[in-house]
Amino acid sequence: MTVRTEILTSFYQDSVVLMRVASQVRKRPGVREVAAFMGTPSNHALLAQSGLGTPENQAATPEDLILTVDAEDEDTAEAALHGARTLLLERRRETAETSEHVPRTLDSALRVLPNANLASISVPAAFAPYEAMRALHRNLNVFLFTDNVPLEDEIRLKKEALARGLLCMGPDCGTAYINGTGLGFFNVVPRGRVGCVAASGTGLQAVASRLAALGEGISHGIGVGGRDLSREVGGMMALAAIEALAADPGTEAIVVISKPPHPEVMAKLESALVKLEKPVVVCSLGEPSAPNDGLTRVHSLVDAADAAVMRLGGDEWSHVPFRDPEATRARLRAIPRLDEYRDRGILGLYTGGTLAYEARQILEPLLGEVAFNGDFRDASAHHRVVDLGDDAFTMGRPHPMIAPETRTEIVSEIVAGSNVGVLMLDLVLGRGAHHDPALPVAEALKAIPAKSRKGAARPIVLASVVGTPEDPQGLDRQVNQLTEAGVCVLPSNAEAARFAALLVKPELAPQFLESNR
Amino acid sequence: MKRLQELVIPDRLRVINIGLEMFADNLRADGIDVVHVDWRPPTGGDSKLAAILSALEQLED
Repeated sequence: MTVRTEILTSFYQDSVVLMRVASQVRKRPGVREVAAFMGTPSNHALLAQSGLGTPENQAATPEDLILTVDAEDEDTAEAALHGARTLLLERRRETAETSEHVPRTLDSALRVLPNANLASISVPAAFAPYEAMRALHRNLNVFLFTDNVPLEDEIRLKKEALARGLLCMGPDCGTAYINGTGLGFFNVVPRGRVGCVAASGTGLQAVASRLAALGEGISHGIGVGGRDLSREVGGMMALAAIEALAADPGTEAIVVISKPPHPEVMAKLESALVKLEKPVVVCSLGEPSAPNDGLTRVHSLVDAADAAVMRLGGDEWSHVPFRDPEATRARLRAIPRLDEYRDRGILGLYTGGTLAYEARQILEPLLGEVAFNGDFRDASAHHRVVDLGDDAFTMGRPHPMIAPETRTEIVSEIVAGSNVGVLMLDLVLGRGAHHDPALPVAEALKAIPAKSRKGAARPIVLASVVGTPEDPQGLDRQVNQLTEAGVCVLPSNAEAARFAALLVKPELAPQFLESNR
Repeated sequence: MKRLQELVIPDRLRVINIGLEMFADNLRADGIDVVHVDWRPPTGGDSKLAAILSALEQLED
């Protein structure tokens, strides 16, 4: 194996551009790994950990771009480096040609757009607080996509925002909808009557997509960032967002979406929410407390959307494990050698962290301990759910929502050779996501022979898709591709988790599939 | 501590995009006025200096 490096000095490019270039070059035959990073201290650490640190690339500063290739021989490595450099220089040239004068700072941008009202910030964490605070000082609302921003900075930013009556959506905010405009990674959904406050981007995507499927839509989806409901941040942005939605005439129901908040924060949220006249649904993906205070509490993202629509119709909502028990029974009947899956292990390979969390929260009460993250090859845990977008897995690799091939290799390995009985996948569509996430999954599965090498029934692959027909990838096209490749597609992640439990523990069938609903 | 003002959700967005260019591309495709900032790390990429800048910015009123 040969490692070759090139440094492009004073050559900043954003991380998505770099990921795409690296992905393209990685596909070349004989290329084992490609790293395209700015020379920040954390990237240097990543390179060292991946065995790609060299004396040359260690000299790179954060303004320098490090291109490093690990290939089977020198010629291949040099050709790959040359390819990467060419792609980047072409892009630079195109950008320079098409833009007349592109501002380099917030203040010069404000001279071009003096009535701007929002700054969308996705620069690296070391610089994000500065840019965000500057934007707030210019009285701009902030959408702050960047994560790993220090806690103290998050608190300062949100206090400043609230003092000025501004939104600070984030840090670590992946998705938002303001007046019908999507920010970050979002699904194409109609305007409607449901306002969301979300401490989870993928969670908001799932609820929004389900609302669209029910013929409803989003008034606003206010992302508050993954840490807003911690004890330290205290839910300060969520509480302000709730008040704003309560006062918004276009919002007729409110849905709060998060992983379980700190109990003190949950209490603050509840006391704010019970005062509202509009119907409220709380989805905190954990055991709901069940006081009869008029708030509808749900266990899953799909239930959050369904409950909101029911409440808008003036009806009460009640949970059902499967919305179409007959279709679920039909899916079970369609599985060959179904009885061989009893007591087999479940493995979830997720690109969306909240979906992974939701799956695990549903599986554990049904099956006993389910490991979360860790080594997916480690068979000591019988059931495991893995969030492949977690930092531990994205070291040196692109996030699997943007580059699904990182997950596909693992899928191939598991389906071809392991003892896993049920494999669970999520696909997240929408603007910003990969243009065809079903394709690599479908191709990988078609390439694997029907019998695993041990003769055991090969893993059943289950999937759910977060998306709408209007998304660029097209929900129906994605579902069809998966189905044709032998994937069992369920209408939601929650049902996929329950279906997985049914496969390995058939005695759950009576409680899940009673036919008198 | 500054007095908290009521949070007002903006009407039509007019956006300054600092960071991932694809976010600006998406907004533009949706007919939103957006200016993309050709961002480079300030302070030559020195994050200690960046932290100082950040602290100074936070003192500004």
